[in-house]
Amino acid sequence: MSTAIDHPEYNYKVVRQFAIMTVVWGIVGMTAGVFIAAQLAWPALNFDTPWLSFGRLRPLHTNAVIFAFGGSALFATSYFIVQRTCRTRLFSDTLASFTFWGWNTVIVLAAITLPMGLTSTKEYAELEWPIDILVAIVWVAYVVNFLGTLAIRKEKHIYVANWFFAAFMIMIAILYIGNNLAVPVTLTKSYSLYAGTVDAMVQWWWGHNAVGFFLTAGFLGIMYYFVPKQAGRPVYSYRLSIVHFWALISIYVWAGAHHLHYSALPDWAQTSGMVMSLILLAPSWGGMINGMMTLSGAWHKLRTDPILRFLVVSLSFYGMSTFEGPMMAIKTVNALSHNTDWTIGHVHSGALGWVAMVSIGAMYHLIPIMFGRKAGDMYSIALINAHFWLATIGTVFYIVAMWVNGIMQGLMWRAVNADGTLTFSFVESVSASHPGYVGRVIGGALFLTGMLIMAYNVYMTVRAAKKDIAATAIAQA
Amino acid sequence: MLSTFWQVWISVIILGSIISCGVLITYTSRGMRKEETDQTTGHSYDGIEEIDNPLPRWWVFMFWGTIIFGLGYLASFGLGNYKGFLTVTVDGQEVAWSQENQWKAEVQAFEKEIAPLYAQYSSTPIEELIHNDDALQTGQRLFKSNCSVCHGSGAKGALGFPNLTDNDWLYGGAPAQITQTITNGRQGAMPAWIAILGEEGVTEMVSYVRSLSGLKHDETLVEAAAPKFMQNCAICHGADGKGNQMMGAPNLTDEIWLYGGSSKQIEMTLRHGRNGNMPAHKEILGDNADAKIHLLATYVYSLSHQ
Repeated sequence: MSTAIDHPEYNYKVVRQFAIMTVVWGIVGMTAGVFIAAQLAWPALNFDTPWLSFGRLRPLHTNAVIFAFGGSALFATSYFIVQRTCRTRLFSDTLASFTFWGWNTVIVLAAITLPMGLTSTKEYAELEWPIDILVAIVWVAYVVNFLGTLAIRKEKHIYVANWFFAAFMIMIAILYIGNNLAVPVTLTKSYSLYAGTVDAMVQWWWGHNAVGFFLTAGFLGIMYYFVPKQAGRPVYSYRLSIVHFWALISIYVWAGAHHLHYSALPDWAQTSGMVMSLILLAPSWGGMINGMMTLSGAWHKLRTDPILRFLVVSLSFYGMSTFEGPMMAIKTVNALSHNTDWTIGHVHSGALGWVAMVSIGAMYHLIPIMFGRKAGDMYSIALINAHFWLATIGTVFYIVAMWVNGIMQGLMWRAVNADGTLTFSFVESVSASHPGYVGRVIGGALFLTGMLIMAYNVYMTVRAAKKDIAATAIAQA
Repeated sequence: MLSTFWQVWISVIILGSIISCGVLITYTSRGMRKEETDQTTGHSYDGIEEIDNPLPRWWVFMFWGTIIFGLGYLASFGLGNYKGFLTVTVDGQEVAWSQENQWKAEVQAFEKEIAPLYAQYSSTPIEELIHNDDALQTGQRLFKSNCSVCHGSGAKGALGFPNLTDNDWLYGGAPAQITQTITNGRQGAMPAWIAILGEEGVTEMVSYVRSLSGLKHDETLVEAAAPKFMQNCAICHGADGKGNQMMGAPNLTDEIWLYGGSSKQIEMTLRHGRNGNMPAHKEILGDNADAKIHLLATYVYSLSHQ
């Protein structure tokens, strides 16, 4: 890309690269999501082709949206924020460039191996061991580069967004490596180092912290920079940010056992996981309160600024799903919700409503800066607005369909007749879920359409920026 | 049982984390302003300032609320070797809560409640009970919950799973035989014959078996196979191929095929053998198993005796 738009002090190149890839991988991952959602509604879409089947494409979808889309957003924003708030260039441009090419190599390898059926079968950790090693190397380079930048900062204190980023990347390094320890058999096959229930517990220790640290702590880092920036207001409470940060990172680590309620996991471990999940409510909400209250005095901006709307609605979904999560972790509630579509609805109220929306808002703020324009100065504000409504309605459609399905499934499975027999067979609950599955496809498709509009808007913004630069160059000549 | 070390380890981590949260909010609330303010901390990061606002009171209360609830939850449900004060009733005794005890308690309470409902049918013979619509409905529901996964919700079976509606029986269709099948299960074993018959023998036998049902076959192969059938197969399937219900050997002359009647499928059966497995349901069906089996047998019997 043109050097004319490079910042004199900061490394914007790597931010720009990751920002563009955020949009690209978002579209790829969500397209896979809409396709597999359609397969659940219309199974013929498997086409009797192994590499197109749900079982292989589902991990492709989750890996693409979490690690490719979400990961790129985190790389882009953390590299951007750490430089701006420390007033210093990145610790190492070489490492930055290595993380960009390394991370995208990982994504391409995932996109090839997962449809081939090469998988370690651990959720959100499906990649086989050679790719895991590459992930670990890239991630360590990222941590070194980020912490290195903090070390050479010119600002006296470390801004709260950077604490969240630091906690997120350190914990992800520990948990990812810990959970993926395995004995390789061939280049494409390995066996987990852990067995049975211990394996399940280690898996969900990681699995829930992929949510807790990757998708929550990391994105709170994004929130803590872009909400005050876009609103033009100071952060509501410094004290609250400290308290909820420490409480969040110390409690989140122990919540994973709630994924194993009513399983072979010892009762006390299930109970502890439940208790930690419930106590997590207040630390999680600390971030929502701090974000929302930052808008006091700036609420009127919501009328004209769709980027701020993205950020605020993402906080609402964040607050909602971090309330829903602790509730679902309570044993008695979980007895109804476990293994139903409710879980999928809960995940997507976080994934679409919180993670995707806050990333999209951040990208609309950041991408124009990357191309020499003012913050948020996209090609078309009207298109951002259209994207906002598609994303919001799509998310609501999706989660309502899954709530209805999930609660219905839970109730149907436990319904008994007076003679003690089950009222419904399993397949009856499947066929009753069909309308919800179709509703989900519609919700997902609306969300994806918004992403396509975003891609067009970004393309036009970049094109206009390049023309401006050319014009300036000619004028100077 | 956890060893003392692990009991201490988990207690320190879990209770320690929870108590630390309490300490954290107590400690950080010290010297906090009482009211909201516009005053910032004086830091500015890329133009972002932070206001020195107090922790919202309702948020602090909520935090304490979840901590107290959490400790109460641990006290109720237990932590490690401490079993908690919540109890359930299993086998008439108060025992500490565990997921297994909770399940047992719920199932036992329910079985007790419905026992009279089932008991009223148990004294009626199956041949009579098939005229009782309520009994048949319960039997059908039991079938859907327990049997349909193999035999299909219409009881018509599938490849490898017998059709229960055609009045063709592997182990006999009398009420007592059906009851026996459900209660104790059945193990069907067709040996693999390739080692004894050889390639040629298997090919010949395929024709012979098909000829018994009047399907298309090669007469010369049938003639070659006839003595081999008498020598190897007749002991179970009978000299006439009509099977033997004592050992569950299928009738080969009725054109009903458990594992398919095409040449290819019969060849598979002969070459590799087959293993049928009807699980014993006495254990599976729980406290009222005998009464439930009586109703299931009634329903299955009714399918071919209406």
